[in-house]
Amino acid sequence: MSSPVSHYYVIISGASAAGLSLALALAEAAEGELRIALIDRAWPPPSVKDDVRAYAFSAASRHMLQALGLWKAVSPHAQPVYRIELTDSRLDDGIRPVVLTYDNMIDDGEPATHIVPASEIVAALAVRVAEYLCIDRFAPADVAHFAVDASGVSVTLADDRRLRARLLVSAEGRQSALREQAGIKIIGWPYAQTGIVTWVAHERPHEGTAVQHFLPAGPFAILPLTGNRSCITWSEDTTEARRILSLDDASFVAEVEKRFGGRLGAVTMLAGRQSWPLSMHLARSYVADRFALIGDAAHGVHPIAGQGLNLALRDAAALAEVLIDALRLGLDPGSAEILSRYERWRRFDSTVSAATFDGLNRLFSSDNTVVRAVRDAGLGLVDRLPAVKQALVTQAAGLSGDLPRLLRGDPI
Amino acid sequence: MTAPSTRPAANAADARNLDPAEVERFGRIAAEWWDTKGKFRPLHQLAPARLTFVRDELVRHFGLKGTGLKPLKGLRLLDVGCGGGLVSEPLARMGASVTGIDPGRENVEAARAHVGGNSGHGGLELTYRVAMVEELAAEGQHFDAVISLEVVEHVPDVAAFVAACGGLVRPGGALVLSTINRNLKSYALAIVAAEYVFGWLPRGTHQWDRFVTPEELARHVTGAGLSLPTFKGIVYDPLNDTWSLSNDTDVNYLGFAGK
Repeated sequence: MSSPVSHYYVIISGASAAGLSLALALAEAAEGELRIALIDRAWPPPSVKDDVRAYAFSAASRHMLQALGLWKAVSPHAQPVYRIELTDSRLDDGIRPVVLTYDNMIDDGEPATHIVPASEIVAALAVRVAEYLCIDRFAPADVAHFAVDASGVSVTLADDRRLRARLLVSAEGRQSALREQAGIKIIGWPYAQTGIVTWVAHERPHEGTAVQHFLPAGPFAILPLTGNRSCITWSEDTTEARRILSLDDASFVAEVEKRFGGRLGAVTMLAGRQSWPLSMHLARSYVADRFALIGDAAHGVHPIAGQGLNLALRDAAALAEVLIDALRLGLDPGSAEILSRYERWRRFDSTVSAATFDGLNRLFSSDNTVVRAVRDAGLGLVDRLPAVKQALVTQAAGLSGDLPRLLRGDPI
Repeated sequence: MTAPSTRPAANAADARNLDPAEVERFGRIAAEWWDTKGKFRPLHQLAPARLTFVRDELVRHFGLKGTGLKPLKGLRLLDVGCGGGLVSEPLARMGASVTGIDPGRENVEAARAHVGGNSGHGGLELTYRVAMVEELAAEGQHFDAVISLEVVEHVPDVAAFVAACGGLVRPGGALVLSTINRNLKSYALAIVAAEYVFGWLPRGTHQWDRFVTPEELARHVTGAGLSLPTFKGIVYDPLNDTWSLSNDTDVNYLGFAGK
């Protein structure tokens, strides 16, 4: 006997920040009238407990959380970034000369970015998702397979439960199994770099300054957290990373301190170290028949700018807006016409972002003297041009381009 | 066992005296109407713009709240020339109670087949009939609004058709029409480009001399006892491959009039 079929408008696989925020944005805009299924292997989402990453949360992303009524829950954990410093030096240089600084403020007197722990964002989203009766959570669960026909998509879970909807969305992250099942290929390449993330405490306050040391093996970022704490996000040559990660705590701290620069005083470890192989990838297409990709399932960018989460939230906001606009016209939210609107809207932006961060990483992960001279001259020039700096800050705030309504802080 | 079954009749087709081969054929025609990449692709592309016009004008005219997923709840609408249900079904999904009529039995069966295939999200108030406006008028029917999109350019006597549609509108109700303007630009775009250059439409879909100017349409509408219509155009944005509402009524346009 096969089990009865549960009907939804949208099925979202992956309780990632992207998946959770899409579910919330839809539920909120539809005033609870839309039935949504959310599938993941665990609940609460794993990120809530053991993700030490922190993100440069853009003003646009903050507007989205404000529009969804979630910023109050996140803001106690969000450290405003008032100033950004870039340095360019070799690992053994005693002094890391600052080549570019800028005040990270936008017109409304708010900082362009906050540093927010990933766990706090996912936790706030998950708590609100759990309050919505129109969102059915299937966890632990896994999509075994799905089949598309003219009027919908049928999903079978690994435990044989069956679901049907107008649209299936993968928010499963880089290794999206559904993306593969949908036959969507990716283009991309690995970086010979490993991302190392950890939290440290330091003697002196950081005063809301984020620091990016461009070292030859890759960028070393000190992202200020609330209190005298920072999140280290460190891209290291993969062989060297393996050695560093195998060190005991004392030797690991010594490696951190060597790169840290002495300004904040003595450094102590606060959290375990986590590491990821770094790569860039872009899905060749963001949609297929009754299927859409959001977040890391669609694009993985170099963490150099801490933008992965901002892009994911932009995807969720844009897809939610396109779907709700269609539903308010009585149109089928899974139709090719509607999905291609989402793809046109997001694909260009995320491709440009991925290419930019890839280029930045390449530009700054070079020890070639000529490259260094040129980039320092370039940064020195930017340092003296206020208009260019303001443009960079607006870009970092995520407020340029054709913004989804949620990212302007408006309801859908 | 006297309780009535709450299950929708699985063999509703039998009740209407249709043989299964016919039902299958209508299913295929429905699939054609609703295939967004098929021969009705232009209508699917126009859908968001024209449904936006219909929804927003109805919400304004009837003073509805217009929010949520059922902005047209409470309205009784007639869709004249419903074809495969491309307008009727979305209007019903927006909460309206909709009657779709079409003289073509195949179209009506296709429209029924499509909504039947989506019964998982039921609760729609949607009825399809093989009928002409004149028949409904003879039955003394009235609707809050009568909607007829892309039809007037296919009828021989536009004045009589508009009068018949207007006659089905209750006092205080509204009439929504859309068609193609008649000028050199519309000839170039709606016939030469759409049928011959891009092949968006089958050749012979439109006859240019049947196109209607907004002035002519306004005359027919006021002649039918309704107010002077307001017009909006629909223009193509080649960069985004989408259609949007505009004040340019040179080619495709919509008109809205109250009674």
